[in-house]
Formats: sequence, C-alpha cells, structure tokens
Amino acid sequence: MNEANVFQPKIIAYVCNWCTYLGADLAGTNRLEYPANVRIIRLPCTGRIDFNLIVKAFERGADAVLVSGCHPGDCHYTAGNYHARRRWILFRQLLETLGIDANRVHFSWISAAEGKKWQQVITEITEKTKALGPYTAYREICQEC
Amino acid sequence: MLDELRQTCRRLLQDGAVQAVIGYGRASPDDPAVPVFISKPEDVDQLVWDDRCFANLTKYLSRKEVLSLGKLAICVKGCDERALLVLEKESQIDRSQITVIGLACDGVGQPRLAKCESCDVHMPRRADIVVGKATVPDADAGAKRYAEIEEFLKRTPQDRMAYWKKELSRCVKCYACRQVCPMCYCRQCIVDKNRPVSISTSATLKGNLAWQITRAFHLAGRCVGCDECTRACPAGIDLRLLNLSLAKAAEENFGYRPGMDPDAEPIIGAYSQQDHEEFIR
Repeated sequence: MNEANVFQPKIIAYVCNWCTYLGADLAGTNRLEYPANVRIIRLPCTGRIDFNLIVKAFERGADAVLVSGCHPGDCHYTAGNYHARRRWILFRQLLETLGIDANRVHFSWISAAEGKKWQQVITEITEKTKALGPYTAYREICQEC
Repeated sequence: MLDELRQTCRRLLQDGAVQAVIGYGRASPDDPAVPVFISKPEDVDQLVWDDRCFANLTKYLSRKEVLSLGKLAICVKGCDERALLVLEKESQIDRSQITVIGLACDGVGQPRLAKCESCDVHMPRRADIVVGKATVPDADAGAKRYAEIEEFLKRTPQDRMAYWKKELSRCVKCYACRQVCPMCYCRQCIVDKNRPVSISTSATLKGNLAWQITRAFHLAGRCVGCDECTRACPAGIDLRLLNLSLAKAAEENFGYRPGMDPDAEPIIGAYSQQDHEEFIR
C-alpha cells in the first residue's frame, strides 16, 4: 500500500473558546507537530456542546470526535464544564444502548497552558482511530437515506 | 371506587374548589379511556376508572386551553404523579393551585404493561385526595425495573445498532412521542427550529436516529417512565428501552429517580464536583 492509500481518519474536535482552543493555539505557536487529521470547531464552552453536534459529526463522516474544555474549577463561566461532565456521563450510556462505538467519542480537559497535552491527545486519538479503521456503521445509516 | 371518585369530583365542582376536573372518560366501550375535562357537577358520571386508563393526564397541565378552564383538579395514578413532581421542580406548574386526586392502581392493561410489572408506587404519595385502596407492591417489585435494558445490553454493539436500525426505520416522524410526553413542554421544539436545521426533519433512518437520540437525551434524568411515548407510537417502536437506559444511568451514577423524592435535586441543571470522570483524559 503506498502512502496515498493509507487510511487518514477524520477527527472533529469540539473545543471551548477559553481553554482547549488556546491550548491548541499554544501548540501552534510552540511549533509542536501533531497529525493534521483533526478539524477544530470552537464553541463558547463545553456546556454549550450539544450532543446533536456529535451525532452530526458522525453523520457527515467523522471517524472520531473529541470534546474538550477547561479543567474542573477553571471554567470561564464558573460551572459550564461541570454541567457538561454530568451530561457526558448520561450520554455515554445512550451511545452504549444504541450500539454507537464509544471508543470513537473522546473527552478531555486541556488548559490554555497545555499545548503539549493537546499534541499528545491528538496524536493518540489519531493513532487509535487509525487502528480502529473508518467508522462505517454510522455512515451507512446516512447513505441508506 | 368509581362512585367515590365521582362523588369527590362532584363535591369539588359544587363547592367551587375547582372549575374543572381532568379525568378519564370512555368514548367507545372497546377502546382505552380518553381524557375528559369536566366543568359541570352533573357531568361527573362521564368519569371512568378501570385498567384501561392508560393516559398520563399531567400532559394537559401545560396546555394553554386547559389552563384557561380555571382552577384544576387532576386524576393521577402513582406513576403519573411522579411527572407532577418533576413539572413542579422545573417550575412548570404551581402545585398549590392544583388539586391532585390520586387513584390507587394495581396496574393497567390486559396483560399488564411492562411498567406495571415493576411498579412500586401503587398508591399516590403526595396527592391531596386519594381514592381507593391498592395492593401493597412486592418488596422486590422495583428491583426488576431495569431487567429489560440489562438484558438488551448483553447483546453485542453491532447487534444493538442493527436492532435500532431496524426499529427506527419504521418511524414516520409523526412526533406523537413528543406530543404525548408530559416532560416535552418546550414552546418550540428543537426539531421545529429550521434556522439552522440541526436535526434532519425527513423520516429517513438518519433523521429518525438523530431525532430519537435527541428526544431520549432531552429526557435524561427527567423521564418518569410513564411509557406514554411507547403507547402512542403508531409504528410500535419500543422507546421504553431508550428511556430505561438513561433512567438506569441516572440511578446508577447519581442515585436519582425522577419524581420520587421531593427533596432530591434534579440531576440535570445541577452538578457535583464529585461526579466521576475516569473516562475524561
């Protein structure tokens, strides 16, 4: 298999404006290299991240989704990430019931100072998704329509 | 018990304590009971009570045309009463303005509905007036309440996905599940918002799955398990299973059952710094 045929996963990262987005920015200004498979979508807060967005990402062909925001206690809006965390706990159960691969939905806390962690997380998710292969189960649903 | 119910309602209407009673009536002898709205004392004989009184009448408390009837009394079974508590907690009703007539219930449907098999609230607990006497539920009745979902979760993820694909392909997006749900009281539902369209409105598998994920998730930690969505579904989709899975998650993770404990904080809209996060990097 030549290089052009290697599976390149599409990863959607929903990040909060105040921590993870700046963390990713820091990774950039520090010239830290990480895989170009990630597409960053900036939102005001993890508390704003509606689960329809995750579903939508899969509908549009994402192979993995990352949701990332401020560490607990660091939220710009005081408690947005605490509310988000609670919803993630419930959402993961719903994914399990529906048989949607929970290994493709990642959550992390990355602060504005953690450019290095952003690099590590993205590298890891990319490697993991490459090993899992393309996420066809959800895409098939959308193609049947 | 029916006489007692009718007399109670007659007295409430005659005394002027309420202007209307929301209860069960019968449109045709073979069909399940329909909701009736009684505003005259002489009409109370329209009220019925039997094991075909399925509807969760609390839904009507959020309807403008019903509220315009004046001060209300409402008939609730033990399970429906849980919805009242959630609505009260979410500031959707003013409980002090509503007279709640609790109906003792040993289960509805022939055979009994799935929710009745594991019911542990035969007697309404917070009603203003309780009519009738019900059997005491078995001590272990509640223990079986997640049996169906636990059984379902034993299947492989591929199998589960295949199940939902098969089931949800029948959905025609009639939104009966939403219309009948006492917790779906949004003035404008997210699926009715079209700028931008966040959930495909077409009745295709893609749109159906997105809709059911949304519906189930908006009810997470709020659904009281009245199973009206499942009963209303013209395609016979077992929506109960989805709701159960979230109810199970709410109880396992937060020790919370919606509508059970008046002192418990609703889990959505609150948070704890101690929530577990082993799945977050």
